[in-house]
Amino acid sequence: MSPHLLLTFAGTAKIALPKIDYSSILPELVMLGAAIISMIVSSLTPRRDLTWPYTAIGVVASLVAGEWSLHLFEVVRSQGAKATIAGAISSDGFSTFLMVVISVSVLLSLLIAQGVIFNDAAKGPEYSALILLSASGAMFMAAANDLIVVFLGLEILSISLYVLVGFRRSASESQEAAMKYFVLGGFSSAIFLYGIALTYGATGTSNISKIAQYLANNTLTSNGVLLAGMVLILVGLGFKVAAVPFHFWTPDVYQGAPTSVTGFMAGVAKAGGFAALLRIFYVSFSTLSLDWKPLIITLAVLSTIVGAVLALSQRDVKRMLAYSSINHAGFILIGLATATAYGISDSLYYLFAYSIMIVGTFGVISMVSAARGNFEGPILVSDLKGLAKQNPALGLALAIFLVAQAGAPFTTGFLAKFSVISAAVQSKEYLLAVAAMMTAVVAVYFYLRLAFAIYTDREDDEKLTVAASGGGVATEVETVKVTYRPPVVTLVGVGLAMAFTIVFGIYSSPLITFAHQAVLMH
Amino acid sequence: MTIPGSWYLTLAAVIFTMGALGLLVRRNVLVMFMCIELMLNAVNLTLVTFSRMLGDIGGQVLVFFVLVVAAAEVVVGLGIIVSIFRRRANVTADDLHLLKG
Repeated sequence: MSPHLLLTFAGTAKIALPKIDYSSILPELVMLGAAIISMIVSSLTPRRDLTWPYTAIGVVASLVAGEWSLHLFEVVRSQGAKATIAGAISSDGFSTFLMVVISVSVLLSLLIAQGVIFNDAAKGPEYSALILLSASGAMFMAAANDLIVVFLGLEILSISLYVLVGFRRSASESQEAAMKYFVLGGFSSAIFLYGIALTYGATGTSNISKIAQYLANNTLTSNGVLLAGMVLILVGLGFKVAAVPFHFWTPDVYQGAPTSVTGFMAGVAKAGGFAALLRIFYVSFSTLSLDWKPLIITLAVLSTIVGAVLALSQRDVKRMLAYSSINHAGFILIGLATATAYGISDSLYYLFAYSIMIVGTFGVISMVSAARGNFEGPILVSDLKGLAKQNPALGLALAIFLVAQAGAPFTTGFLAKFSVISAAVQSKEYLLAVAAMMTAVVAVYFYLRLAFAIYTDREDDEKLTVAASGGGVATEVETVKVTYRPPVVTLVGVGLAMAFTIVFGIYSSPLITFAHQAVLMH
Repeated sequence: MTIPGSWYLTLAAVIFTMGALGLLVRRNVLVMFMCIELMLNAVNLTLVTFSRMLGDIGGQVLVFFVLVVAAAEVVVGLGIIVSIFRRRANVTADDLHLLKG
């Protein structure tokens, strides 16, 4: 556009601003506002080492956001889905469901973090502020109806997470994890963005529903640019959700990050990534499903197999759980690979169950490593020995989370795995179903290996092995009797996660109905 | 004579590939960081070209978002690099080898 044109444009046309429907983005705004309020409060108090006011602000914010998301869900159920703010945000069952998932995960993460991460160098408002910020990014990804809003949400989520991963500034492994996560995160964002640009070029819009309309109404004679864009979007988001073959950052980052951050990242960042993946592929590219189905099936099969097999040989618990989360990502992809509404709702259910379980698992693990005198640091499988004797409740909690992740009956994990596999069978994707079932069996082995370690006795005179900060080199130190008493808030957080896993595992219909309705209302 | 849009698209694709390859090949973290910027700017060029070809202002608006996000990313990235730099004299990817298994 020439300068002359610009001038006339400015002289004549009035820019029409879209009407902003604040009610449908209230959960995001609450999270964002709470983060800012935390920072303001901290600058008004003379003491730097307070933690509870910020946890309280965050807990209230996540409760309000979760409650409002449920309210929005009811509104959508009675009045139908709508796209607001110039079509950039959609308020439908899918987005409100995921907002509930994210709010609950944030609530649990903040409660658990109170007793663990703040014992390290993390006193002050930054931790909860960053958690709330990244949660708002994940919520924007869930609600986005425009590719650029997806990108913005992704960056709000990721940039806060880069900082959170490097939160233990005194620990080299935490810094290294932050660096790796940052470089690969930036790389994947750029790839994702290039995908957006090519899709925009091929369809002339970046709006998710308008792309779908365009593709439904026009038959492209040569759609090379569009397919390239679609594949690049898949690769970019594949990095974010840690699907094989884009998973190689995951074990390093999960191991090096502070344990509570790992739990949050595994829960909320995956929820955000899958929200974008499910919506873009299921809505925008639905007419191209013949092209993307084989790709998603490949990712799903590889993720389930590689995740389960590589988890077997890990000595570090966090690393093992990182591989197991890759395996879980494969299961969630199976729902998308079926490309049916049923499959998507099974993915959503899996995502909900998984987020809560993983936040709880890492919460207990960070308490265990705190009790071993190694706050938020690495923890070996052998460190879990004797846990059941020292602290039966904590041992039981960890064991329950682990068997739930393995898919034991009477937990949410069982139904999650069962429903994605049955969705795969219904849509006649037998290869997927077989791969999923085989890896579920392999996964049982390494989860039970951890659970077994919990119930094995540690000999009384055994030296406590603490991995030195020099990495794999383990040094023997005298047994330190650390009396670690987690605050009640932390125990409440773990208790809630456990109650969720068991209660909805036995009394499962409300959650399943919730997930089904979430998809049918888009 | 006007240069066809496809030339710009090809140039952007070449720059993007250079950035991606540079990120995978170079070992200095700062250079890797510059490669990410190169990739983002290639995307910007693509967006502007498509915007011009389609006669749609939307693509140019997207560029502003990308610029802002890239700036925010630089802040955090340099912060991480500085905090590593404080503990050791140089920052290359080969020095980051604590986490493996």
